[in-house]
Amino acid sequence: MSTGVTEKTQTTIGGIRRKFAPWTDPAAVPLIRYENVSKRFGEFVAVDNLSLDIYEREFFALLGPSGCGKTTLMRMLAGFEDPTEGRITLAGQDLVGMPPYKRQTNMMFQSYALFPHMSVWENIAFGLKQDRMEKGAIDARVDEMLKLVKLEKFAKRKPHQLSGGQRQRVALARSLAKAPKVLLLDEPLGALDKKLREETQFELMDLQMKLGMTFLIVTHDQEEAMTVADRIAVMNHGKLVQVAPPAVIYEQPNSRYVADFVGDVNILEAKIEAVAPGNVSLYTSVGGGAKLSIAQNVEAKVGDSAFVAIRPEKVRVDLEPPAWQEANCLRGEVWDIGYLGDLSIYHVELEGGVRIKAAKPNLTRMVERPITWEDKVWVSWLPDSGVVLTS
Amino acid sequence: MRKGLSWFNTTSIVLGFTFLYLPIVLLVIYSFNASRLVTVWAGFSVEWYWKLFQNQQLLDAAWVTLRVAFLSASVATVLGTLAAIALTRYGRFGGRMLFSGMVYAPLVMPEVITGLSLLLLFVAVNFDRGFWTITLAHITFTMCFVSVVVQSRLVTFDRSLEEAALDLGCRPMKTFFVVTLPIILPAVVSGWMLAFTLSLDDLVIASFTTGPGATTLPMRIYSQVRLGVTPEINAACTILIAIVTVVVVVASIITKRQEVERQKAERLAAAG
Amino acid sequence: MAAKAPGRWMVVAVPYLWLLVLFLVPFLIVFKISLSQDAIAQPPYEPVFDLAAGWDAFKEAFSQLSFENYSYVLSWDNEFIEAYGSSLWIAGISTLLLLIVGYPIAYGMARAPKSIRPTLLMLVILPFWTSFLIRVYAWIGILSPEGLLNQLLFALGLIDEPLQILATDTAVYIGIVYSYLPFMILPLYSALEKMDETLLEAAADLGCPPIAAFWKITWPLSLPGVLAGCLLCFIPAVGEFVIPDLLGGSDTLMIGKVLWTEFSVNRSWTVSSAVAVLLLLVLVVPIVFYQNVQAKEMEGR
Repeated sequence: MSTGVTEKTQTTIGGIRRKFAPWTDPAAVPLIRYENVSKRFGEFVAVDNLSLDIYEREFFALLGPSGCGKTTLMRMLAGFEDPTEGRITLAGQDLVGMPPYKRQTNMMFQSYALFPHMSVWENIAFGLKQDRMEKGAIDARVDEMLKLVKLEKFAKRKPHQLSGGQRQRVALARSLAKAPKVLLLDEPLGALDKKLREETQFELMDLQMKLGMTFLIVTHDQEEAMTVADRIAVMNHGKLVQVAPPAVIYEQPNSRYVADFVGDVNILEAKIEAVAPGNVSLYTSVGGGAKLSIAQNVEAKVGDSAFVAIRPEKVRVDLEPPAWQEANCLRGEVWDIGYLGDLSIYHVELEGGVRIKAAKPNLTRMVERPITWEDKVWVSWLPDSGVVLTS
Repeated sequence: MRKGLSWFNTTSIVLGFTFLYLPIVLLVIYSFNASRLVTVWAGFSVEWYWKLFQNQQLLDAAWVTLRVAFLSASVATVLGTLAAIALTRYGRFGGRMLFSGMVYAPLVMPEVITGLSLLLLFVAVNFDRGFWTITLAHITFTMCFVSVVVQSRLVTFDRSLEEAALDLGCRPMKTFFVVTLPIILPAVVSGWMLAFTLSLDDLVIASFTTGPGATTLPMRIYSQVRLGVTPEINAACTILIAIVTVVVVVASIITKRQEVERQKAERLAAAG
Repeated sequence: MAAKAPGRWMVVAVPYLWLLVLFLVPFLIVFKISLSQDAIAQPPYEPVFDLAAGWDAFKEAFSQLSFENYSYVLSWDNEFIEAYGSSLWIAGISTLLLLIVGYPIAYGMARAPKSIRPTLLMLVILPFWTSFLIRVYAWIGILSPEGLLNQLLFALGLIDEPLQILATDTAVYIGIVYSYLPFMILPLYSALEKMDETLLEAAADLGCPPIAAFWKITWPLSLPGVLAGCLLCFIPAVGEFVIPDLLGGSDTLMIGKVLWTEFSVNRSWTVSSAVAVLLLLVLVVPIVFYQNVQAKEMEGR
């Protein structure tokens, strides 16, 4: 990771959403610590010698494809799996060997896992009853929870008498009722349709801020992770690939894996020609050969091969060669155009066969495209739009 | 294509069910026959039912059978449920192969072998044969059927329900009683019913393992049947069939009604 | 799972021990007795292992073990081998008949409208809840020379003198098919019901006529059910005792009946034990096969 750039972006971009970045504060004490944790199931390594700190009041997302170990990582915190090696602490307390019913974490399950033979009220009261809380206190707490998720009228219903969205809210209320130190959310919105999911994402963020709790969410949906989380950990093969705020993950991915997994990206192979503070010059042989210039600090030598990643929305397409810059201009031909309504995606085939995607917002009602199939075009981008990746 | 198939399907279902039910229906009809000759219809009569209720031997046998069936089904349900949990939840444990072998084998084991081997065990340990030996034998072979019924429910059971209970601070033992058991209860109940009927029904194993003073209904019926068909036995069979039919039909109506209510509720929920 | 309750091992131990003591140990006893000699005593066999008598007595008893019962059972002079053969034959033919009768019924049920399927299923299971003995008994009244079947055929003018069906092998086939039919239908039904009907539509769409589609699509996909149903019927049918005894004739040889006779009439516990051990040996292959099918079915779900 090119640390200099990352630190700066974190404070500025993170600050736009809200001023909250304990991970940049060396004095801050993490709430959850994974220390060199490994988990093996027979031959299969689900989590591979992984260390991670999560801070209080953080909304933290574990993002990755299925089988990357993110769920195992969460289940080890809940106590459903024991790590094969390593240590997990919660507020300084070692969790390894502690059964799930003694841990101060609560989980919202992917299937919601609502007890079908109990009413909404009984489901929410279940955890409180296990703590032998007195009747009056339970009543008050359940009512408070019902109010929080706006289900006061449904207290007596059984889970199968609720809609999907309502069930999701009961599951949330049930896991929040005991005021856990960490709320674990396992693909919490996977069963909802797209519209409801988007609404619920904002409700979750709201709730987390209001309650001031630590949330750990597992998801394979990158948009969801980007929307809700303060920080995202992108995982692959049981390892953390990058841990950073959403904007850093998107704008400053540390590897081709992250760049490719989060959002759409064009990746070009190139050779480094010159390295200066804040700038790298490269040469790529595609598109008839071109000079590239990227405004970035890179630890690499001249002659090393590298990759340049560029997001489609940052690529321009013009019929004339752009006069305002020399570098980052490639020649090609429009191979296909995808019309998405809000955007049009231009697939431009560069000389040499490499295709590059450029997204253009459709700012006016379209009558006729100025650029169309088989037009000879120039694609270009600004030096601070691309990213150089060495892995 | 659909029409042709459906004609074929209808025929095979109708013929199949006729084959399954005709003998039973005839048996029931002839239990009301006035004649002692079973095969000649001589008018309607309930005479044989009266005779039946005066047959003390048969009534005694019925009482023994019910007691054995109740007791053995209840113990078998507990043991079978434990075995089902062990096989679905415990992953690999020492001797698992042998255990699952012992659970599945009795399902297909010829009754003569099971009966003989249990008898020889009881003789070897000098156990007084009678009511208790029949009960022990019935527990052993019916628990395996219970285990299969409960297992098939447990494998479709959403494990996260149990994890949710643990997560909310409920201990494993209590989780079983407040979450798992209530949800799998229908399977456990049908396991009990299956064990009960199998025990009621059993002739061979009971014949091997019984001793003086404990004669079950199937044994009594069998010894009379060997002497030939009698309307009295027809009457006894009819009563058994009636009881079973009423119980099964009522049970299925109850489940059906629950299902309908459930669907109605779900539709209501989907509507808002 | 991290949770390890102290009572956890009991869940395995209690049923395990129960089955060891009341299922496995009895078999070992049967095996032991099959190697002993008949004696006029109670129990009527020797040697009897007496643990109190110590190791020497044990060795003494061991040296007396004999394979005499087995050579007796396996001798051509006695009818045992014939009985094993005829049991396997009767069970095999019955299983085939069961498949032929049961498959169309299961198929019809699986293709019936969804709303009536549970009712049909219940109707198949219902006779199973009524006593096995009653079901076999019902056929005596139908098949006997003056029985209902003969009366019917007589009334239709199809026969002049009553057919002798009762007390023949035919009656045994009918009895087995009738009593075991639910065991054949249920696995077949569950296999056929699982099948996706669009597969047949896809086959038809690709130009496969219905009957060819049945043999190329439906039948191969229902094979697990066929296998389970056949094993579920075949294995117990080999050892069947009540049906040949009530419906079969004196010349109907089935090993279950022979074992019973040997045990209760000839009172030879040692020979009946040997018969049981050999029966188990005959059935061990299909039983192990069946267990694998069962275990796979359970894990597959």
